[in-house]
Amino acid sequence: MSSKPTIALGDARVGFRGRIEALAVEGAGIGLPGPELERRLIELGFVEGADVELLHQGLFGSDPIAVRVAHATIALRRREAMAILVSAEVPS
Amino acid sequence: MSAATPTIALVGNPNCGKTALFNALTGSRQKVANYPGVTVEKKTGRLTTPAGRSLQIVDLPGTYSLRARSPDEEITRDVVLGRLEGEAAPDLIVCVADATNLRLALRLALELKRVGRPVMLSLNMMDIARKRGIEIDADRLARELGVPVVSSIAVRRGGIDALLAKIDSAVANLPVAGAASWQVPDAGELRGGQHEADRLLRIVVRRSGERDLGTARADAVLLHPVAGLVILLAILFIMFQAVFAWARPAMDAIAAGFTWLGALVGAAPLPDLLKSFLKDGLIAGVGSVIVFLPQIVILFFFILVLEDLGYMARAAFLMDRIMGGAGLHGRAFIPLLSSFACAIPGIMSTRVIDDRRDRLTTILVAPLMTCSARIPVYTLIIGAFIPDRDVWGFVGLQGLVMFGLYAAGIVGALSVSFVLKRLIWRHSVGEPFMLELPDYKIPQARSLAIGLWTRATIFLKRAGTTILSMMVLIWVLASFPQPPEGATEPAISYSLAAMIGSAIQPITEPLGFNWQINVALIPGMAAREVAVGALGTIYAIDGGEGAAEKIGQIVAGQWSLGTALALLAWYVFAPQCASTLAVIRRETGSWKWMWVTFFYMLALAYVAALITYQVARAFGGG
Repeated sequence: MSSKPTIALGDARVGFRGRIEALAVEGAGIGLPGPELERRLIELGFVEGADVELLHQGLFGSDPIAVRVAHATIALRRREAMAILVSAEVPS
Repeated sequence: MSAATPTIALVGNPNCGKTALFNALTGSRQKVANYPGVTVEKKTGRLTTPAGRSLQIVDLPGTYSLRARSPDEEITRDVVLGRLEGEAAPDLIVCVADATNLRLALRLALELKRVGRPVMLSLNMMDIARKRGIEIDADRLARELGVPVVSSIAVRRGGIDALLAKIDSAVANLPVAGAASWQVPDAGELRGGQHEADRLLRIVVRRSGERDLGTARADAVLLHPVAGLVILLAILFIMFQAVFAWARPAMDAIAAGFTWLGALVGAAPLPDLLKSFLKDGLIAGVGSVIVFLPQIVILFFFILVLEDLGYMARAAFLMDRIMGGAGLHGRAFIPLLSSFACAIPGIMSTRVIDDRRDRLTTILVAPLMTCSARIPVYTLIIGAFIPDRDVWGFVGLQGLVMFGLYAAGIVGALSVSFVLKRLIWRHSVGEPFMLELPDYKIPQARSLAIGLWTRATIFLKRAGTTILSMMVLIWVLASFPQPPEGATEPAISYSLAAMIGSAIQPITEPLGFNWQINVALIPGMAAREVAVGALGTIYAIDGGEGAAEKIGQIVAGQWSLGTALALLAWYVFAPQCASTLAVIRRETGSWKWMWVTFFYMLALAYVAALITYQVARAFGGG
């Protein structure tokens, strides 16, 4: 629906705010089979249109990350977060 | 409907306060058992509604979806769908939701509606939601969702009444179960469900989604990459201090109690064999296990408080990368930590790990963490052989050796998991680390007390069954055949245990073990620290006050330094605990993994002791 420029949430820095545009689980080089990863992400609330904010990250390799997604805070590794495509919030 | 007591199942996301609600509903009238064939805990309780109806409540493991991924979640799915053999489907499903965090719960509620059973939504923690200014239009939500919605405040007895009244009226008019239309949802259905849940949220909730200020402030420090790790280490330090220091008086009291009981039996006019069975078999055996109750209670107190606070998920977050380097999952942190007290609760708590292989790795390495039962053995040998002096001016040498033994266990555990993950299971996919970091909450004393009570009874029950029967077996080995008339050696020298000890002498010779050590290792299979008492028996020392000190003096005179160090190295790795092996058998559901654990630990222990003894001998310590 939108043609906004997106980045992978796995590449975002702490403080990033944006909105989920799509889940791209195929060929993300991720351990789990794509459809399974997609379902797990959705079960934790990562669906298109949800607002996200990257709150915290770990000490080593900036991994894992803690993400505010809509109403909850979810911890995940950057590897899996690569499947979440987000557009940056435009500062108003 | 069924003429029997109606059953109500509590289903909800992790951290939604479901267990607190369960505790508030049932109080002490609850039972914890295992589901047949699996090791998932089955928590049931009874209650009587204001209308005088008797109900059975089942607390099911938390889940985000009926699409089960772990043994725990499979149980939730199977109970809800009535697929579990011997268990009827619940008459009513109460979906428990944290009112401050409704989004994922609403999607689950939508999924539960498709099960074809009556569903009710219980909004938990409404008091906290109100304080944060979150307003929920419960009536509108009930209309939109098509199920009754009730607000409850789990922590206050009064908050339960509304829920009970609703349950009462729901149970009174139970509809005939509809057709179940639930199928394993695909991504599209899940996505549709979440979008529908988001639509409902926009209609019925005002001011939702804002971060809890307290949580945000706390996390700024507690999840700080550096400060967070430092605080975690500090918490662990306090925990260990507590487990070892605070438990001491209670442990001494229990030990003294059993010694007194043993002496009482010893003085009773009974046949010697019966006396020995009661004193050395039953009382000493069970006593040597129950003595760890204070440590287990203190450890679980910390674990439950940190869990209820919402800190445990943070600990897993902070440790994930560090543990991941060794091929362990972030969630393995707590089980391994618990294993410092005792591998049994540690292995039991691996149930939180979804992935089978991650869980298996954790179970296999948990017994390598230095459990408290090793401490008496370590203390005995260190006290007898390591001089009590300082090194570098300020560090006690004895303490340093103790620390080294702990470190050896940790390094061993990490290395084994590394080998398993990188060499044996390298083709398997890595399980993602994904979990919710719930808002911090003040733990409720009542829930805490019930949780501790449950843990303590599980432990005592085990001491009364598995461990007791092991003790009896080992007593038989150590007591039969009876010494001949006019025997001069201690009775145990004529027993089966001694025969086994002598038979394995050629094998343990290169480790520097003498037959007395071999014999002590056999009762030490029941529980590691029993070896200390067994050494006492073999060297013909009466138990009681100062016995350990006397044993120390004797072994210091009889063993070489090499032998002592080799025995320490042995104890770091050896599978010297029948109950741990029994728990591994139960938790993995297979004999195979129990034997794998047994033999790999045995091999490590042998190699470690061999190297230690031979090196010590080379330096003149043989």
